[in-house]
Amino acid sequence: MSERTIQFYFRGAIRQLEGAAPTRTVLQYLREDAHATGTKEGCAEGDCGACTVVLGEKVDGALQLRAVNACLQFVPTLDGKALFTVEDLAAIGPSARTGLLHPVQQGLVDRHASQCGFCTPGFAMSLFALYENNPQCPSRAAVCDALSGNLCRCTGYRPILDAVPAAYTRKRVSLDRPAVLAALDEMAALPTLDYAAAGQRFIAPRSLAELAATRLARPQARLLAGATDVGLWVTKQLRQLDDLIYLGAVPELKVIRVDEESLFIGAGVSLTDAFDALNTFEPAWAELARRFASTPIRNAGTLGGNLANGSPIGDAMPGLIALGAQIVLHKGEQRRRLPLEDFYLAYQQTALTPGEFVQAVLIPAPPAGQLFRTWKVAKRTDQDISAVCGAFALTLTDDIVSQARIAFGGVAATPLRARATERFLLDKPWCAATVEAAMDVLKNEYTPLSDLRASAAYRRQVTASLLRRLWLENSAASGMPVRLADVETLP
Amino acid sequence: MNAPYRSPPPGIGAGLPHESAHLHVAGTASYTDDLPEPTGTLHAALGLSNVAHGRIRAIDLSAVRAAPGVRAVIVAADIPGVNDCGPVKHDDPILADGLVMFHGQPLFAVAADSHEQARRAARLATLDIDALPAILSAEAAAEAASWVLPPVDVRRGDAEAALAAAPHRLAGQVTLGGQEHFYLEGQIACAIPGDDNTLHVHSSTQHPTEMQHAVAHALGWRAHQVTAECRRMGGGFGGKESQSAQIACVAAVLAVRTGRAVKLRLDRDDDMRITGKRHDFHIQYEAGFDDGGVLHGLKLHLASRCGFSADLSGPVNDRAVFHADNAYYLDAVAIRSLRGLTHTVSNTAFRGFGGPQGMFAIESVIDDIARHLQLDPLAVRQANFYGDSQGALRNTTHYGMKVEDNVIAPLVAQLARDADYARRRDAITTFNATSPVIKRGLALTPVKFGISFTATFYNQAGALVHVYNDGTVLVSHGGTEMGQGLYTKIRQIVAHEFGLPVEDVRLSSTDTSRVPNTSATAASSGTDLNGKAAQVACQTIRRRIAGFVAERLGVSADAVIFTAGQVSAPGFDATFAQVVADAYRARVQLWDAGFYKTPRIHYDPVTMQGRPFYYFAYGAAVSEVAIDTLTGEYKVLRVDILHDVGKSINPAIDIGQIEGGFIQGMGWLTTEELVYKADGSLATHAPSTYKIPAVSDLPPVFNVRLFDNANAEDSIHRAKAVGEPPLMLAFSVFFALRDAVAAALGPDARPQLDAPATPEAILKALHGGTLA
Repeated sequence: MSERTIQFYFRGAIRQLEGAAPTRTVLQYLREDAHATGTKEGCAEGDCGACTVVLGEKVDGALQLRAVNACLQFVPTLDGKALFTVEDLAAIGPSARTGLLHPVQQGLVDRHASQCGFCTPGFAMSLFALYENNPQCPSRAAVCDALSGNLCRCTGYRPILDAVPAAYTRKRVSLDRPAVLAALDEMAALPTLDYAAAGQRFIAPRSLAELAATRLARPQARLLAGATDVGLWVTKQLRQLDDLIYLGAVPELKVIRVDEESLFIGAGVSLTDAFDALNTFEPAWAELARRFASTPIRNAGTLGGNLANGSPIGDAMPGLIALGAQIVLHKGEQRRRLPLEDFYLAYQQTALTPGEFVQAVLIPAPPAGQLFRTWKVAKRTDQDISAVCGAFALTLTDDIVSQARIAFGGVAATPLRARATERFLLDKPWCAATVEAAMDVLKNEYTPLSDLRASAAYRRQVTASLLRRLWLENSAASGMPVRLADVETLP
Repeated sequence: MNAPYRSPPPGIGAGLPHESAHLHVAGTASYTDDLPEPTGTLHAALGLSNVAHGRIRAIDLSAVRAAPGVRAVIVAADIPGVNDCGPVKHDDPILADGLVMFHGQPLFAVAADSHEQARRAARLATLDIDALPAILSAEAAAEAASWVLPPVDVRRGDAEAALAAAPHRLAGQVTLGGQEHFYLEGQIACAIPGDDNTLHVHSSTQHPTEMQHAVAHALGWRAHQVTAECRRMGGGFGGKESQSAQIACVAAVLAVRTGRAVKLRLDRDDDMRITGKRHDFHIQYEAGFDDGGVLHGLKLHLASRCGFSADLSGPVNDRAVFHADNAYYLDAVAIRSLRGLTHTVSNTAFRGFGGPQGMFAIESVIDDIARHLQLDPLAVRQANFYGDSQGALRNTTHYGMKVEDNVIAPLVAQLARDADYARRRDAITTFNATSPVIKRGLALTPVKFGISFTATFYNQAGALVHVYNDGTVLVSHGGTEMGQGLYTKIRQIVAHEFGLPVEDVRLSSTDTSRVPNTSATAASSGTDLNGKAAQVACQTIRRRIAGFVAERLGVSADAVIFTAGQVSAPGFDATFAQVVADAYRARVQLWDAGFYKTPRIHYDPVTMQGRPFYYFAYGAAVSEVAIDTLTGEYKVLRVDILHDVGKSINPAIDIGQIEGGFIQGMGWLTTEELVYKADGSLATHAPSTYKIPAVSDLPPVFNVRLFDNANAEDSIHRAKAVGEPPLMLAFSVFFALRDAVAAALGPDARPQLDAPATPEAILKALHGGTLA
């Protein structure tokens, strides 16, 4: 480790940065220091997307481009990466010299997709990432997914969606990837970043061993992964954080391993990649994965961060607990495993001891005949915090419930199993009468709070309703839809 | 005498892109926070109250003053002029003085070297406030007779007698939530001191003139010492009509105090805590009607939560009263309008300005009547429409204005046909009969919206048009650009008058030093007023140029034609630029101002009778939804809209306004829930907790068409205003949801569904009004 400047690729060259506080956000850097005001601040909490920028990293030898919220990222996390903002697009467009617009920008103009224009740079950047990552025009569903973290208050979105096919009808342009990769390679040769400014350190270990040692030496330091929550502590709560240990440069934390017995997801794996792995492992994750936060948040945030954060409303936990996942904790040279539900002790309190960190989550392969679902209920489809998030994993043997694991978030101070309901269901026939009776148990299993997202009564009702949904989805004799997802407009 | 046109007029009716579209997408459109900062610019932040109602005993600011980077701290006593930024009643302190009136009310302001330092410092005060009892809802205000302005009654005929004599009677009540504007660009102003006691204020505002006056009053200055300027806003929606004044005033006072430029940009959470929102309403009614659902008598109570001050609550509630008819003839009617003073933010203008709340009330009544009689709600709506404009019956509003331009019946008939309403109604009934979990709903709702400021004097506008001697044109006018496309339409109007391509016309920022005494860009009136004013200025200049050419050629000025960048007359053809250059050398005045005032309008604010509106804009929408009866979640499946924009100046922009207004209205009535805690603080003060529509909320089938209907009045190019009316097309979504709930409950159910119809509200309605 050595003290050095932050280095990142920006505007066609490797830039060096020093003096900026480690918690200075990329958005503050762009607008206030670089005077690049194309990137806008709409909320400074990662919920509106006006500040969307694209980060480039080298993954498996190729350039990976992903949209993230600049308002939540701290500048030292740019180290070794490439940063693209709306001002870069014209240079990637058909003719940098004449200042023609990039196809996604021209598509937005052609389809009247901007009104006040304040959200537009963010949309342009989300669409730029989508465009670079898709040689063919993606489906409407894929476009909606890419734009799930961008709010527009003026247009109602229709022209923004229409801009995408319009962009694909124009001559395709492409980022000069070799140039970016060469810069990334050059920066990869730099020593580990140990950065200090404004009385605060930012250390970015490059290996699991280095991380373990650093963590042990600095148990008071704040671990930082995607900053999708820690960022808010700074931008909203104006908290003065301790030294930061950044997890994003540790390759071992980015490992995804699957075998016949289990799926292993490193704590530093982005939510985007983690859900891809989970979906492959168990397709019932797809719906929740799509509704989990937004694309830029999933790109930045990590599954390990979601778990370690210990929020009672984290959407990954109920499903993982239902599936019997174990959390892998690391301290010094020691490693231990806990059932995920045992990791949560109380409101925002976990079993982590000083110097310890989350290394991975391990999900056992599902037993034969396992019925798994995980759903969230919220006011809005895209990027909303759950009123209730629930998961069911039932094993049916000859239509008898032989195993039951049910877990909910949003109903208690921690994600919690519905043990009474599980006990009730065990060894009972899987039938309407059992489900009806179990719903009564489940409805009284938790004592949730009333808050701005839902009343306690609604939460109780919905936990029970989700069990009914599970039954209906898997019994459905009538042929009538039981899910909104199955409903189309009538011909 | 105007020069006539021969070829098709350039520009008018063309779906040109927004004049800043190429800048929006490139990030090069400058908003207030993007402007280069003068050297030494300070950044301000506000210190907020932590109680809803109370008496200030002491505010200890020593830690604030000692915080890093802090250059100035001000409290109410430091405001050199009048501590008020209220638009009408002057009961809006810039900084609370003695009495705290809502949780989040600004108590002091701090200026520091950086935005972050100012924000950090603003949190260091020690507040000592004696809490007083707080009134927090419209109902509580009505109960306590706590008013910002006295109740208003509007009556026609004998409603009591009509109710008593009617074959059927119903009573009901519904609550209708408020709405946060959520302009993507938060409130911001930057005040820059000039020489000789002057100040230039860059403000993100819909009302530069009011900013100029508010700042002058706050400083104890006169109007000509202050200029206010706005090139564009990142959204307004009514939220920057009066509410931008507090921001501008604080920046101004700090700038004058420090002698440095001061920028106040609110953090999103502060913005949502401090600024007013759409008024929430509690609505009660009694209706008498016949077997066909035709209203005979109606009593309506419209109780609103105005917040702690009057702000624009008077005219907002007036408009609610004016629009309590929507498109329906109310024969014997008594409307009582209550303007509740509550210890919450001062609610304000929001797209529709009270109209939506009044219209929602009558739509609820009509929907209830239809369900009570087990008739299709569309049939009941049609049965109650205003009568034929030409006839003598059923065509005068409860405020005494004859509806002369009524097209609602044919418009709705066309939409019902195009959207296949009857067949889909049957298909949905069939579906619902066999689908236990998912229920569908369908609703067609109409819109009739009055166009003009109800405060008649606001219906005036000015413009300043410069033709430079190279043939290019620069236009200033009193309207502001918040994304609605006003500048684009003005550009088209001006280009059309001179026969120029739009590229030859540019719009300058809106600046009180160029066009004075402007009205707010509000009431959907921006293009109607400023377009006409610009047209007048252009025609004056054009007349002079035509006269100059005619005199040289010895022809009549009528024979001089401006088209396609050329000026021509018999035996003469030259470019506009050449003619202008010659005219300049001949000392012809090539610039002028234009002024316009809306004709025909008058209204007595005491009796609330007269013709407050120049004309009406019409529209209708059909929405189809599906609800999940297990969780109350829902999906909007298909929307068809037919809307009257008169003769469109720019159909692309008009369709954008219709779609955007519809989705915004849908958000208001569905996912956008403002939740206040028991202590009066707002729990939903950020996009993480307050959910405006996101991309997946766009209906998968969304058909929007313009209704062919030139304005009967002599509006600019016979167009109609389009900013606000489409918002209310979203009633179709709410009543389709109610239709789906009713389908689950049974044939004559009148579900108690309040707005916003969140999944919880739907589930509650499905459970008869309460969840156990």
